[in-house]
Amino acid sequence: MEQDNHLQADPLIRMKGITKRFPGVLANDSVDFSVGEGEIHALVGENGAGKTTLMKILYGIYSKDSGRIYFEDELVNIEDPKAASELGIGMVHQHFMLVPPLSVVDNITLGSEIANRGILDREEGKKRIKELANDIGFDIDPEATVADLSVGVRQRIEILKVLFREAEVLILDEPTAVLTPQEVESLYNILNNLQEQGKTIIFITHKLNEVMDLADRVTVMRDGKEVGTKEIQKTSKNELANMMVGREVLLRVEKEKAERGEELIRAKNLTVTNDKGVNIVEDISFSIREGEVFGVAGVQGNGQTELIEALTGIDDFSSGTVEVNGSNITDADGQELREEGIGHIPEDRLDRGMITEFTVTENFVLGYHTFERYSSRLFLKLKEMDRHAEEAVEEFDIKTPSVKTLGESLSGGNQQKLIVARELSQQPKLLVAAQPTRGIDVGAIEFVHERLMKERARGKGLLLVSSELDEIMSLSDRIAVMYEGEFTAVFDSDETTKEELGVYMTGSQRQDTEEVRRKALGKVSLTE
Amino acid sequence: MDWLTNIFAISTLLATIRMAVPISLAALGGLFSESTGVINIALEGIILMGAFAGTIVTNTTGSPLLGLIMAVVAGIGMALIHAIASVTFKANHIISGVALNLFATGVTFFLALVLTGGSQISVESSLPKFLGLSPVIYVTVAIFFFSGFFLYKTKLGLRLRATGEHMAAVDSVGISVTKMRYLGVLVSGALAGLGGGYLAIEQANFFTKGMSAGRGFIGLASMIFGKWTPWGAAGAASLFGFSQALQFRISIPFIPDEFLQMLPYLITIAVLVGAVGRATPPAEDGNHFLKEG
Repeated sequence: MEQDNHLQADPLIRMKGITKRFPGVLANDSVDFSVGEGEIHALVGENGAGKTTLMKILYGIYSKDSGRIYFEDELVNIEDPKAASELGIGMVHQHFMLVPPLSVVDNITLGSEIANRGILDREEGKKRIKELANDIGFDIDPEATVADLSVGVRQRIEILKVLFREAEVLILDEPTAVLTPQEVESLYNILNNLQEQGKTIIFITHKLNEVMDLADRVTVMRDGKEVGTKEIQKTSKNELANMMVGREVLLRVEKEKAERGEELIRAKNLTVTNDKGVNIVEDISFSIREGEVFGVAGVQGNGQTELIEALTGIDDFSSGTVEVNGSNITDADGQELREEGIGHIPEDRLDRGMITEFTVTENFVLGYHTFERYSSRLFLKLKEMDRHAEEAVEEFDIKTPSVKTLGESLSGGNQQKLIVARELSQQPKLLVAAQPTRGIDVGAIEFVHERLMKERARGKGLLLVSSELDEIMSLSDRIAVMYEGEFTAVFDSDETTKEELGVYMTGSQRQDTEEVRRKALGKVSLTE
Repeated sequence: MDWLTNIFAISTLLATIRMAVPISLAALGGLFSESTGVINIALEGIILMGAFAGTIVTNTTGSPLLGLIMAVVAGIGMALIHAIASVTFKANHIISGVALNLFATGVTFFLALVLTGGSQISVESSLPKFLGLSPVIYVTVAIFFFSGFFLYKTKLGLRLRATGEHMAAVDSVGISVTKMRYLGVLVSGALAGLGGGYLAIEQANFFTKGMSAGRGFIGLASMIFGKWTPWGAAGAASLFGFSQALQFRISIPFIPDEFLQMLPYLITIAVLVGAVGRATPPAEDGNHFLKEG
């Protein structure tokens, strides 16, 4: 309680009645927001709730239409990022502001270079960067080229960049969206160290677990408005989720009963070898039946991506066979798979799932545009395409001004809904879904989960790959754990726990190989 | 025979150097412009403009030095138009460049006709040679040394290069993208203008319509082949200079000389086919900076 009082008594930054309008959107509607010195403050809300806008106003990237900002009780005018830096406010952007071909030291010092008469003093820069990094508990090679570094390291460089400018307040925009679980862990450490040094941290997120783990206080935004600020001890994930969405949210998915029917897919001894001759996927076998969800759990980077890409025709297996309804589809390409009735929700919606410069309609038919319903011998049936897209927009509640809108102007959640709509509206027999809810907000996650479960109830099969254990647990019927390219364990979902899966995911335990194979191929009687 | 081939080689070497100067200056100009992400195919027209302005000023003032300075100024003027169009008004860089090239071709020919009644103007004086070579050649070498240092060791050089790779990042740390791009484009104009002035005053001793003859484009090819580095560009420009030097110097039985004169252009195509794809241009090449909010 003492700590709470301290936090409220000493607001470092107060934003009062901030309003920002973009053409057609009221992004911030008279928002109040305050942050105490030395606290970790989470700013949560669904995509499009106005969190990033508010922070970009605080950092001087956007100009506000009205409202006031007080810094240490003084009215300040933050008209550009430079003004924010001078107040000691720094921002780590969601899309990193790093120049890939340049070195770490050049990137960090850019704009605040250490120079004598215009000539760079890189040695001094390197020394200071090393010191800063050591202070918050990691090591960095200042001479490395940023392009060669992992996303996690790049984020640290962004943090150093902010600290190098002597920031006291750090704003992080969805810092964990791009990180692997291990990287998230070390980011937590870094942020805790920064707090110990007396820095104030504001982080934007929509992952409630992070809020509960890390924050002292949390402010929730919805539809451009602030809906409340809570101390973390006095709130719960459920309460925050309801505040974000504005209605009751089911954090657990209701699983309907599904009849298990015929076997849909049988994959045997699948192996994927990379160009260095290493087996990224090794000897994997499984089968999925109608009305069944087969989940693949695992820490990212254990071969899941490669398995999915080979399965969906993007890449090739080096050995193994895949049969769907008795026909061999091992070497089929994406088009042939779609014709076989296999849908694919790709892992990376921007890279694989859609073409952002295309309209909603065009994205909606992508991959199916040669099918008879959208195409005659020579021409696309444009009216049919639009009609189907409009129906899908309606049915899947995709928020877009029209089907002629470009994909890039949709929010992440709506882009994902569009991809889900595309794949489901073709009535696939089997759906391969990789990270189907990554980076989308609670409301959209709930929707996608409901739709996937509906397909299951209709007797469709689903191969689900996800790094979110909650998702795997609540949707799957059987769960395989993937570790270093192999399935190391297979469970019936109601016979295991998150904790148990976690143990297998780290590779510290594995089941007998033969047993795994038998269970993955569904050769034991499963509780039905 | 030995002494004959030797002399032949030395004269070819000197010719290579002379031929390489305008190409390498255009290449370095292109490099400065593209290091800030502005594509400048107007280099061709800038060379022509520099050649014309240099010729006229040399003849009217009697000073080749003033002529060269005017060539630089004319180059900067052309580049300024390119910068206003493509940076401030966000026109497509290529279209702005094409327009300037057409403008330069037309305006120099027209003015040459109006001023002298012909399309060729001889240059009445040139700079005294130093060790048998034009002083501009030594200046060019110095410019290359300076540019290498400037781009990689100075604050401003770092900022220029960062602009060409990630404009939003540069803007986010409080550096003006617009200023950096103007600087890059104007320097490119100055360099290509100097190249044009050298071409007319020091090398050819005359101005004639269309005398840039693809040197601006070959300069861009050198920049690409040289992987957007000053020394790479200088090396590539020398290769092209060598092929230009050869085109009038060798004669092979059964091959018409016209084919040999195609050599520089054929080499350009061959080199680009091999080089493109392997070299990575600055990420922001041809992009416009659109600030949020």
